[in-house]
Amino acid sequence: MLELRNVSFQVSEDSKDKEILKNVSFTLEDNKFVAITGPNGGGKSTLARMIAGIIQPVSGSIWLDGQDITEMNVTQRARLGISYAFQQPVRFKGITVLNLLRLAAGKRLSVVDACQYLSEVGLCAKDYINREVNASLSGGEIKRIEIATVMARGTKISVFDEPEAGIDLWSFQNLIQVFEKMHDQKHGSILIISHQERILKTADEILVIADGEVAGYGPREEILPTLLNSDSAESGCKFWQKEGA
Amino acid sequence: MEKLDPIQIDLLEAISGLHEIPEGAYNIRANGGTAARHSTEHIEIVPKDNGQGIDIYIKPGTKKESLHMPVLLSKTGLKDVVYNDFHIGEDADVTIVAGCGIHNGGDAASQHDGIHRFFIGKNARVKYVEKHYGSGDGKGEKIMNPLTEIEIDENGYMEMDTAQIKGVDSTIRKTNAKLAAGASLVVMERLMTHGTQRAESYFDVQINGADASADVVSRSVAKDDSYQLFSSNLAGNAKCSGHTECDAIIVGNAKISAIPELTANDSDAALIHEAAIGKIAGDQIIKLMTLGLTEEEAEEEIIRGFLK
Repeated sequence: MLELRNVSFQVSEDSKDKEILKNVSFTLEDNKFVAITGPNGGGKSTLARMIAGIIQPVSGSIWLDGQDITEMNVTQRARLGISYAFQQPVRFKGITVLNLLRLAAGKRLSVVDACQYLSEVGLCAKDYINREVNASLSGGEIKRIEIATVMARGTKISVFDEPEAGIDLWSFQNLIQVFEKMHDQKHGSILIISHQERILKTADEILVIADGEVAGYGPREEILPTLLNSDSAESGCKFWQKEGA
Repeated sequence: MEKLDPIQIDLLEAISGLHEIPEGAYNIRANGGTAARHSTEHIEIVPKDNGQGIDIYIKPGTKKESLHMPVLLSKTGLKDVVYNDFHIGEDADVTIVAGCGIHNGGDAASQHDGIHRFFIGKNARVKYVEKHYGSGDGKGEKIMNPLTEIEIDENGYMEMDTAQIKGVDSTIRKTNAKLAAGASLVVMERLMTHGTQRAESYFDVQINGADASADVVSRSVAKDDSYQLFSSNLAGNAKCSGHTECDAIIVGNAKISAIPELTANDSDAALIHEAAIGKIAGDQIIKLMTLGLTEEEAEEEIIRGFLK
């Protein structure tokens, strides 16, 4: 169980402090699939990066299974079972897809097992396993490899920052199935930042973050209709996208 | 391998991966003398009259054969200079594995200067692999200054894969090449320096013939207080193509200079250079940390991949 207790984060801009997250609290129960949505610039990615330990809150605390992990760095949190998929995956000259999956799994994964993860994210494994994770991969390809690295870790908490960003419509259908499958298999808790209705529909719970605050949190059945039917959803200010938009 | 001592055997493995006498032709030089030599039907190794090197004759049409030429120095204070000339016949297709390992357990400098000349015949293909390595905890420096002269005749091809990953205190590498029509040269150089090591590498490639091409790529990592200089000059003297690239990572207080130089002496010469020097990107380290690696492990992994 992951708990955020009154976490805040701010940055200095033009010598003024700008609050990115204000007193955000929420609990991610075990084996739950929670989608985080909300307008761009609302603080969603900041929240994900804070859970991974890439940035530290200025106040508040983060707890994992009753242990305060607020002061822990990225490595320590990763080892405790938190995985994080970057919105813009990092490229490496010389490191192959197989190397990266092995580093993720923390063991000498067999080629067959590594291929399995690639197949699950819809990549033809033999074409990719020995490719370098470098600039020759397209945005959609590297995005799926990123998701495969998180799957290879198999940790109790997986955080995905807009997995659909940069993926074409055709691959997207495929990707939805990946997350549906992850949900059905109950491989730990999944926290997924998304604007896509289909991903929101897959979630058990939805957390709405707007203007650095929790604007809504509850079961999908309660939250989703409010997002889809609100007046603002029909205006230019809507912060969700209809499927395929 | 009777003439090699255990230290020399370790060096041999480090530079060539060999545990024993290789197949095919070989010439093993140890502490300034010949330790073992074997010619084959198609590859003939002939000592020079002055005793300071060898001529290697690879007969025209020799296919899929290999030649190993390791140089091992385990005696402190030795300065070894060797001249090796490779005469590669037309249509041959061979792999040459050279390399130098110095173990210096003493206080005097040990130095190996290998002067290699390649004369590559028409349509011949050569893969040349060279690894340099130093070991030993004596105060004496381990110095290697290779000079490589390459002449590739029409439609010949040479791939040069060089690596100096560890333990060499000072190196000045010079590689000069001349390419005839249709000839190609592909160079991949990998260098890592640490401590207070210095490494300088100079390439001068004259692309003289029509449709010839050269690709000179360097990947290097400079750690601690070390210093590296990479200088490459491609001259396009005909309708040709050339590409040179220096990609370098700095760790600690190291310094790196990259001097790519292009000269087009023909309006149909297409030449490109790229150079990038910088620290390891923070995001790369963070990504590997999210997989459970420590910052140090992440850095090592990134460097290992980069130099692979």
